[in-house]
Amino acid sequence: MADLNPLSWWRAFLRLPNDSPAKTVGVALLVALVCSLVVSVAAVTLRPMQNANRLADSAARMLDMLETLGGGIPDARMVDLATGAYVNRDPGTSSELPPTRDHAGLGSREDVATVFELRDGGALKLVILSVRGVGYQSMLKGYLALKADLNTVAALTFHEQDETPGMGARIGEEAWQALWPGKQVADAAGVIRIEVVKGAGADMYQVDGISGATRTGNGVTSLLRFWLGPDGYGPYLDRLKTEANR
Amino acid sequence: MNDSRRTVIDPILVSNPVTLRVLGICSALAVTTSLSTALVMSAALIVVLTLSNGIISLIRNHIPRSIRLIVQITIIASLVIVVDQLLQAYMFAMSKRLSVFVGLIVTNCIVLGRAEGFAMKNPPGASLLDGIGNGLGYGLILVAMGIVRELLGAGTLMGIVILPAVADGGWFTPLGLMALPPSAFFLLGLLVWAIRTIRPEQAEAATDGKSGEAGE
Repeated sequence: MADLNPLSWWRAFLRLPNDSPAKTVGVALLVALVCSLVVSVAAVTLRPMQNANRLADSAARMLDMLETLGGGIPDARMVDLATGAYVNRDPGTSSELPPTRDHAGLGSREDVATVFELRDGGALKLVILSVRGVGYQSMLKGYLALKADLNTVAALTFHEQDETPGMGARIGEEAWQALWPGKQVADAAGVIRIEVVKGAGADMYQVDGISGATRTGNGVTSLLRFWLGPDGYGPYLDRLKTEANR
Repeated sequence: MNDSRRTVIDPILVSNPVTLRVLGICSALAVTTSLSTALVMSAALIVVLTLSNGIISLIRNHIPRSIRLIVQITIIASLVIVVDQLLQAYMFAMSKRLSVFVGLIVTNCIVLGRAEGFAMKNPPGASLLDGIGNGLGYGLILVAMGIVRELLGAGTLMGIVILPAVADGGWFTPLGLMALPPSAFFLLGLLVWAIRTIRPEQAEAATDGKSGEAGE
């Protein structure tokens, strides 16, 4: 009569010599199983709080940014990125990006994005765009504020990034972000020229790179060019410019 | 009782893992620019070290020798991930400032060293105490360096102004060097020198045949 009691199986398992193959595999499996359970439970149960923290943090960054730019409460507007028109509803869909146009390394981007407009009376004072893209080893997420001419940078902040501490991660520091206000996005012909360069920036389109963080700098350049270009907020910014000129 | 007291007290004062064994240096340099980061980092390490020591000691008689290091690392890494997730959920700003260094507790030689060197051979109770003791020993050094570096580097403690800086109309000129990693090396060197002058038996013999077990 075979013993079917699981407890005695457990005892027999524990009685096995420690270096027998069965016990080695068994212990490895059990440890892996228990550890993965613990890690998964922690990750899943804490995720809502972490996401709330991230949202609160990015909102706080935007408020800080507005504070330094003179304050005011911006209106959040939803914009269809393909046409640049305001819409009332976010369908939650996204479009795939062909690799040749995917400068920011996103794979796909949402069809409808939220922009923030600060107006004084009816006149536009400031537009705040949420931008993101791949840096050296992480996704960089930030806000780009443009002045009323839609060509002068008012501020750029990064609120989420996991670049190398002390090197690429310095894009999150105020000292580096302070280099951005006043830089020009595109030249008179409308070609987007803004970029992070190696060493010191020479003209109004160039921002000093961080030494040792060339690829993070390139990532910032690419993500700005993507989001300011035709696949990003380009159509929306063009529409605002035509409206302003009318 | 006397024995367990020594298990806790010894690693804090006598056989301190940082100053005697020179382990855990990487994080000791990185997170001691301010007292608050040093405190949180110490707390995280104490939790991980105590729990990993306890768990590994509980199952020590059933860990096959051939895979013992992998089992230890798996347990330590899981604990570190859980602590990191907790920090991100409950102390978000702090976890951003500590960036990768909480995750790097996995590679902190103190944790694996105590698992392999103590918890594998001793019962859970003693292992827990050993974990607390070594964690406190590491924490003491971190906090001491955090106090010196924040006070001299920024004139503050826990963000509260102690020495008013010239830039804010005070008299104190912050030492920029203290905010940079090399200053932690200097402080740690001075500290080790002082301790080994008071306790000459801690100094390594000039040639003892084996290479020193330096931490990462």
